[in-house]
Amino acid sequence: MIEISHIHKVFNGVTVLNDVSAVFESGKTNLIIGISGSGKTVLMKCIVGLLQPDSGQVLFNKESFHEMPPERRKEVRRQIGMLFQGAALFDSLTVEENVMLPLNMFSHSSKKEKLERVNFCLERVNLAGANHKFPGEISGGMKKRVGIARAIVLNPKYLFCDEPNSGLDPKTSLVIDELIIELTKEFNITTIINTHDMNSVMEIGENIIFLHKGQKAWEGNSHQIIESDNQELNSFIFAGEFLREARDHLISQRKKL
Amino acid sequence: MRFVRDLGLYMKMLGRMFSRPERWNMYWKELLRQMNDIGVGSLSIVLMASLFIGAVTAVQSAYQLYGTPFVPPYYLGLIVRNTTILELAPTFTCLILAGKVGSNIASELGTMRISEQIDALEIMGVPTETYLVMPRVIASVIVVPIMVIIAASAGVFGAWIAANFTGYGSQEEFVYGLRAFFDPFDVQIMLIKSFSFGFLISTISCFKGFYVRGGALEIGKASTQAVVLSCIYVLLADYVIAEVLL
Repeated sequence: MIEISHIHKVFNGVTVLNDVSAVFESGKTNLIIGISGSGKTVLMKCIVGLLQPDSGQVLFNKESFHEMPPERRKEVRRQIGMLFQGAALFDSLTVEENVMLPLNMFSHSSKKEKLERVNFCLERVNLAGANHKFPGEISGGMKKRVGIARAIVLNPKYLFCDEPNSGLDPKTSLVIDELIIELTKEFNITTIINTHDMNSVMEIGENIIFLHKGQKAWEGNSHQIIESDNQELNSFIFAGEFLREARDHLISQRKKL
Repeated sequence: MRFVRDLGLYMKMLGRMFSRPERWNMYWKELLRQMNDIGVGSLSIVLMASLFIGAVTAVQSAYQLYGTPFVPPYYLGLIVRNTTILELAPTFTCLILAGKVGSNIASELGTMRISEQIDALEIMGVPTETYLVMPRVIASVIVVPIMVIIAASAGVFGAWIAANFTGYGSQEEFVYGLRAFFDPFDVQIMLIKSFSFGFLISTISCFKGFYVRGGALEIGKASTQAVVLSCIYVLLADYVIAEVLL
């Protein structure tokens, strides 16, 4: 479980995060949503320790991340897997080498065991046989799946996904979403996802936090989001005419039931 | 103000570069890869440039010495040797390497930064300065002196070939000049220069690439700045070393 309390972050006099608090439970897909520039990525970077919040706390299982001694922080970092927006694969390494890198760095297993683990993870993301391909030779969706395989190779307790569906077609997005929710349930991971993708919000949003101008403006799940009366949230989620009509239709159907 | 901030960041990067690696074999592989990139990758251009610079030095020195009755012909070899060892081989080779290796390091690290590969390593718990900067700096400090020794040899060889066509003195006199009044301290100065220049090129280029912010345009700018700054600091260090040691 991850808890954030009263996170505040300012860049060059501009407040990007203002008193954001939330609890992200394990075994659940926790989504952070909001328009571009609302502070989603900064919040995620504060949680994983890439940025230091100006005030507030990030607790990993009740332990304050920013107050941990460096060695303990390293240990916690090894329990974190992260999927980046562009997958962040190392161009000079093959798919297999990319996934094996964390094992080579931190695992004491034999080469055979490491290879077995890599193959297991690649199979898990439906990429068996792509071991010797370079990132430049695979599609965007495959890169994301390699990124997921690398993120889960050390059996993380925490999985962070920054825009996992950006630049992907709806079908591939769905595959990535299903994969993330399966892994979250299977390994009881605390998963935090930054997304704009409304399909993901509705499909896998077990706990959704809506950021608006750096503040938490709404919290709930994908069922509650339909009936929310938060104007900013509604104008973000149901931005188009079609979606607004679909929402109204759904609400009227629910009322009839 | 910006210079002070950059100097602070540069010193911080150097300090963090020496943290203890998690797995030595991973760093060893990276070191070998960097040595190959810096050394083997730059060998042909360094050889080519050194041969011609040696040849031009011989021709132009011979031109200066023509008709000077009080300078013995073997002085051509002596002038070429001292110029090559003390100045041309270390400085010219390092200016070439600043262009080739410096831009390569800055753009490689810059691309890694922009595409979040460095962030990915940090989240894994990998000490990024140690994994990315240290192998490049050590490779550079090892390989650049070797390249300079090769450049000096190639330069003298190029000069010897060209001297045959100048008509100024004989081959024997040229070779005698190469060996006359040889002071091994000159080679020490060459090596001190090449170690220092190797360190400057790699650390400045790593610094420019590692802390780049923005997009493709900034990577290009960082790469150019890495080359320009490396060249300036190589020339500055060249003067300081000459002033202090000679």
